[in-house]
Formats: sequence, C-alpha cells, structure tokens
Amino acid sequence: MSRLSQQATPLAEALNAQRINRLAHFDVPGHKGGRMNPELPDYFGKLCMSLDVNSMKSLDNLGHPVSVIKAAQELAAEAFGADNAFFMVNGTTSAVQTMIWATCGRGEKIILPRNVHRSAINALVVNGALPVYINPGRDARLGIPLGMGVADVQHAIEENPDAKAVLVNNPTYYGVCSDLETIVSVAHAAGMKVLADEAHGTHFYFHDKLPVSGMAAGCDMAAASLHKTGGSLTQSSILLCNDSVNPDYVRQIITLTQSTSANYLLLSSLDLARRHLYFHGREAFGKTIAFAEYARDEINRLGGYYAFGPEIANGDTCFAFDLTKLSVHTRDIGLAGIEVYDLLRDDYGIQIEFGDIGNVLAILSAGDRRMDVERLISALAEIKRLHRKDPVGLFDHEYIDPDVAMSPEAAFYAKKTTVPLRDSLGRIAGEFVMSYPPGIPILAPGERVTPDILEHIEFAKAKGCFMTGPQDMNIDNIQVVA
Amino acid sequence: MELWYTDKHTEDVNFSIKVKKQLASHRSEIQQIDILDTYGFGRVLVLDGDLMITEKDEYIYHEMMTHVPMAVHPHVESVLVVGGGDGGTVRELVKYPGIKEIDLVESDKEVVTLASIHLPFTACKLRDPRVRMHFEEGLRFVRAKKDAYDLIIVDCPDPYGPAEGLFTREFYGNCCNALKDDGILINQHESPFYAAHQTSVKNAHQHIAIEFPVSTVYQCHIPSYPSGHWLFGFASLKYDPVRDLDAVRWEKLGITTRYYNTELHRGAFALPNYVRELLKS
Repeated sequence: MSRLSQQATPLAEALNAQRINRLAHFDVPGHKGGRMNPELPDYFGKLCMSLDVNSMKSLDNLGHPVSVIKAAQELAAEAFGADNAFFMVNGTTSAVQTMIWATCGRGEKIILPRNVHRSAINALVVNGALPVYINPGRDARLGIPLGMGVADVQHAIEENPDAKAVLVNNPTYYGVCSDLETIVSVAHAAGMKVLADEAHGTHFYFHDKLPVSGMAAGCDMAAASLHKTGGSLTQSSILLCNDSVNPDYVRQIITLTQSTSANYLLLSSLDLARRHLYFHGREAFGKTIAFAEYARDEINRLGGYYAFGPEIANGDTCFAFDLTKLSVHTRDIGLAGIEVYDLLRDDYGIQIEFGDIGNVLAILSAGDRRMDVERLISALAEIKRLHRKDPVGLFDHEYIDPDVAMSPEAAFYAKKTTVPLRDSLGRIAGEFVMSYPPGIPILAPGERVTPDILEHIEFAKAKGCFMTGPQDMNIDNIQVVA
Repeated sequence: MELWYTDKHTEDVNFSIKVKKQLASHRSEIQQIDILDTYGFGRVLVLDGDLMITEKDEYIYHEMMTHVPMAVHPHVESVLVVGGGDGGTVRELVKYPGIKEIDLVESDKEVVTLASIHLPFTACKLRDPRVRMHFEEGLRFVRAKKDAYDLIIVDCPDPYGPAEGLFTREFYGNCCNALKDDGILINQHESPFYAAHQTSVKNAHQHIAIEFPVSTVYQCHIPSYPSGHWLFGFASLKYDPVRDLDAVRWEKLGITTRYYNTELHRGAFALPNYVRELLKS
C-alpha cells in the first residue's frame, strides 16, 4: 500500500464504508446493529450501534494487520515520530505490560521507579521478571514522589549490569519528568532498553513547550495513552516502538493477552484522534497550557492552596514539568487532597481526576470551557472559606521506600495466609494495596510490611481514599506469604 | 413573505413572533447575538437562539429584579449586577440617588456594544457616572470581592449556556462572601411551570438556601418568557422581604414604575401551591 497522507483515516473510513454499503451481517456481534435489543440504540444512538462490528476482510484484523489497520498504524507511527505503532484496545495497561514482556523474561531484571503504575508491577507478577526499584526523588514541601535521579539510575545500572531494561514514567501522574535523554544514553551505553510509560504524556509529542517525548528522546518503546490526553475513546491506546525492537516479536507478545474481538469504536477513535493531533495538536495543547497557567495563577492568588508548576523543577529528579497538569497542594488549608476531592464532587458537582493525601489533580484539555475552569477555581475558594482547618496532624509523606523481600511473582503465587492488617507488620505482602487513582501501590507483592506502610494505609482509609488491591474489599485483612 | 422568529420554550412548545427586520447578527467570541425588530414585541434580543428580552415586556423583569430589594434594604450604596449587558437593570438602579456605585460585570462586551446601538430603551443609562463596566467572567469577578456590596443582582440568561457557571453553589457562596453583613442577593430563577426548567429552579433555590439564612422566592408575569410565570430568588443575610418592606420610604422617593408597586411587592411573595411544593421537594 502506498504511503497515505496524514489527512487520511483509513480505518475510520473503512468502518464507515461498511455501514454505508449496508452489508448484511451474518457474523458477530449478535446485536446486529442494535436490532436485537432496541434498548441499545435508544441508549447509545443508532449510528454508534452500526459501527460496532467485528473484524472482517474490509476492516482488517488487529492481531494480524495487513490492510486498513496496518495503514492506520503506519500513519500513527509517522505522527508520533516512531518506527512502528501498535493500536491497543486493552488500555495503556496492556501497552506497559507489552513493553516489559517484550524486553524482560522470567528472572531477568528491570530497573524502574517505585512510583510506577500497578500495571507495571502486575506485568512482573505474571512473567516473573525481577524489579530493581529506584527510590524516586521527593518534593519535601508537597510530599509527592518525583522522577528518578540520573545518578541513581547510573548506580542501579552499575549494580545490576545484567538488567535488561529501564522503565521511566514520562511524566508521573503529577506531571514530573526525569531527565529522559540522559537516562536513555546511560542505559543504552550499558546495553539496556529504555521503556517510557507515557500514560500521561501523549501530548508531549505535539507541543514544543512540553517535556521531551519518549520517541524524541530515543526510548526503545513508549506506551502513549491516547485516551487520556489525546482525545480517543477510553481504553484505547498506542504502543510506539523504535527499530531497535523487533516489531513482529512485539506483535506476538501483544496477541498473548489482547482480545481477538478488538472493538472498532476504540480502534477508529485512535485513527481519528491521530489525525486531529497531527493537524490541531499544537493548537489544542497550547490552549490547555493557557488554561492550566491561568488556573495556577488564580488558585495561587486565593491563598492557602499551592498550585505548583514548572518552578518545582530541580534539574534532576524533576527535570521537567508538564505545563498542562493542574495539581494543587491542599495541606496548608488543613484538608487532605481526598477531602477536597470529595467536597468538590459532593457539594459543587465538580469531578476531578484524583485527590491523594496532600494534593488534588485536575485534568485539563482543549475540551474544557472557560466557565468550567472558573467554576473549579471558585469552588476551591469556597472550600477554603467554609472548611479551612489547622494543618496540624495531617500525614505528610506519600512515598515509602520499599523493602523488597521476594519477587512479585514468587510472593503472589506463594502459599499465603490472611491476617488482620495490623498483624501484618514485618510479614511479606502477597497482594497489592493502593489508592485508586492514582494506582501507585503503597504495598506490592513481595514487599515487607513496615510501620510506615500501615500508618499510610490507615490514614488513607480514614480520609476516605478509594483503596483497592487486596482480596478483602474492606482492606481490614491482608494476605501475606505464609 | 412572512418571517417568524421562534423561541423554543420546551422541546414541545414554541413561541413565535413575526419579524419586521433583523437589525444585527453577530458571532461574538462567546455566543451568537441577534437583534430583531418584530411586530408584536418591538425590538428583541436573542442570544444563541434564545429570547432574552423584548421591548414590550422587559420593564416587568427589570423592575421586579431591582425595586423589590431596593424597597427592603434601607441604605443601598454599592450594587453589583452580574450579566445584564442590555442595561435594563442599570436603568432601574440609577433612579435611586442613594446608590453611589454600580459594578456591571458582563462576560460578553459585544452584547453591550450592540445593545447600545439597537436597544436604547434599556442601554440608555449605561453611561451614568456611577456605573463601572467590567468585561469578564462573573465567577472570576465575584470571588475576589469581600464585604463589598449591599446588593447583588444576578441578571443572567438560562443555566444551560454561557451563564451556566452562575447557577452554581460556588457562585452563590462567592456572592455571599462579596456581600456586606446586611446584603441582599437577587437571582433570576427561571420558570417553575415546565418540567424542563423545574430542576434548575430547584437547584438554584437549594444552592442559595445553603448559603443564606433568609432565602425565598417571588414571582411575576412576563408574557414573552416560557409559560409567562417567572420566579426570582430573594436571599439575604438579614432582611425579610415582606416584614422589612418600607413602603413609606420607597413611596417618598417618587420613582415612576410601570409594573412594580409596594402592594404588588407583598403579593409577589405569595406563591401558588405547585411552586411551594417544587421548592420543598
């Protein structure tokens, strides 16, 4: 197939064509354009139902792309400056896991910051690779974990010359970036692959005021969550690769766990989002940056709150800051981030991305309206006026250096016993505990339970964080290695 | 040829006026602004397709928003009008010599520009020296103010458009903070009649009641508005709108009005049962 222009959306066009051609469907899905159950078109709309079809000759096959999906992926690779791109329908979770499985096998080491998303550690639970954790830097005032220091990465590489890969958050949930280009050169010099978790960094590819993107920095693979900040439908994502990794092997790894009934609404949304980003991304993220900068100024003018920005950069563990992120430190008004998060939703009808112990995070995009940004700022002003407390007694640290006693896989599959949380002190955890979002584990399988960890879990529970991970949904008990 | 403008009162109910001539059609940064000259209602201001005011009945709306609080509060000196770019509320306010300053906060400057050209019957007093115009978001303006006003009038169109942010709890809370200890807030509340608008009436009332110890509703009849039956919110930190009405003081001012009088003031707070039930639910 000859190279298409970025104006083309081969997959979305083919999907629409099958609808217009009025194909008679004797294949799945059984709802047949929604006619099986009229409640579906009433709810989702007829058009949406008629686009929910299965892979067929004219629409290609995600597991073995040869026509329109292949062409759409090639356009995506070009738009993101990668050699290969893979459309993912199992979320960025699957893209992160593919990166790890494609580079590290059982018993092989991967260097990664401890504040990774659970999907990365899950990948280790499944394939038995071993984590070498790097203690991320920490901003003392904000109590948030930052990125990895270059010296720390270098040290880990020297200590573990047999490690296969280094995984970098680009950026963290809070918008903090490590010095990716230097980490790439250090890791490549030691023969290790560099994997960028860009679950929150899709926009880096389309605006020069934003930190460097994984592909531009020379990473071997990057998981770009198009649905988070790139405008595609929830759960759709893109895995980007440079020619330093074998694309056919990557495809094999993807097909190990990817659905064979990939959803075409998700896939075509990736195609449409890619075209929009290519032509309008700069404008869209310019608008997002302007919203975020305006909101930071206004919130900081309210007093009490600290909407932090690029000034937290320190040249190392916070090498660069994502200007589109609107994170607000709430501890100085005596409220935990999660309390502000709950007040915003319950009293003011404003849903933000997450609140943790000391901060709230709002996701902004070109889809925001000025008036909604004003509402958020005004609601924060009201919360301060009506609910401000003395900050004394607020727990002030977010990052706990883990004591890794076993591999995540060994601990997860070990013979385990259930104990009340408070009796787990000193035992090796057999399961995760985390607040979701952000989904960064407080405790991961294989890590020893320390007093700090128990204090953190109890505090987060008391403040109303949404805790997940353990089999016990109330998190009163935890499974530990027997 | 007949040309008709239709305002959709609900999905199933239309209100149409025969048009003489379109005087202005302009896309501002915020909204579509149209001004029509009509047969039945004179000049009409339309924003994003929705009817805002008509020359024939705008006085009812503007008088009821202004004179009700002015007859209750004994010494209003500083007033904030949020929205109201057509100038009608300001026209009523400047009738009071006691008022020293009026801040008008309108998010769309071009509404004021076009109103000044085509709607002189409302915009005529915008150049009064006591009026200061601010072209910015109402929410942003109000949250920076504290103990600044005796009276705030929220003169904004419906809650599902550019003014959506002004029908929220955070806005009313910011207003409460911007008012002096004996301040009054008047809010345009929509109509209680059609189900489609009932939620916004209820929400506005509930949000205001949380912030203000005195919070009630009064009504009037505006023929060009959906159902014609219209509500305003009266909220105060101190004054009761009926008990604290000082009819004698107000009559002495000798202000000419076409709709408002102090007898009607008392009656406007007597609500039909269906409205009482709506506000209670």
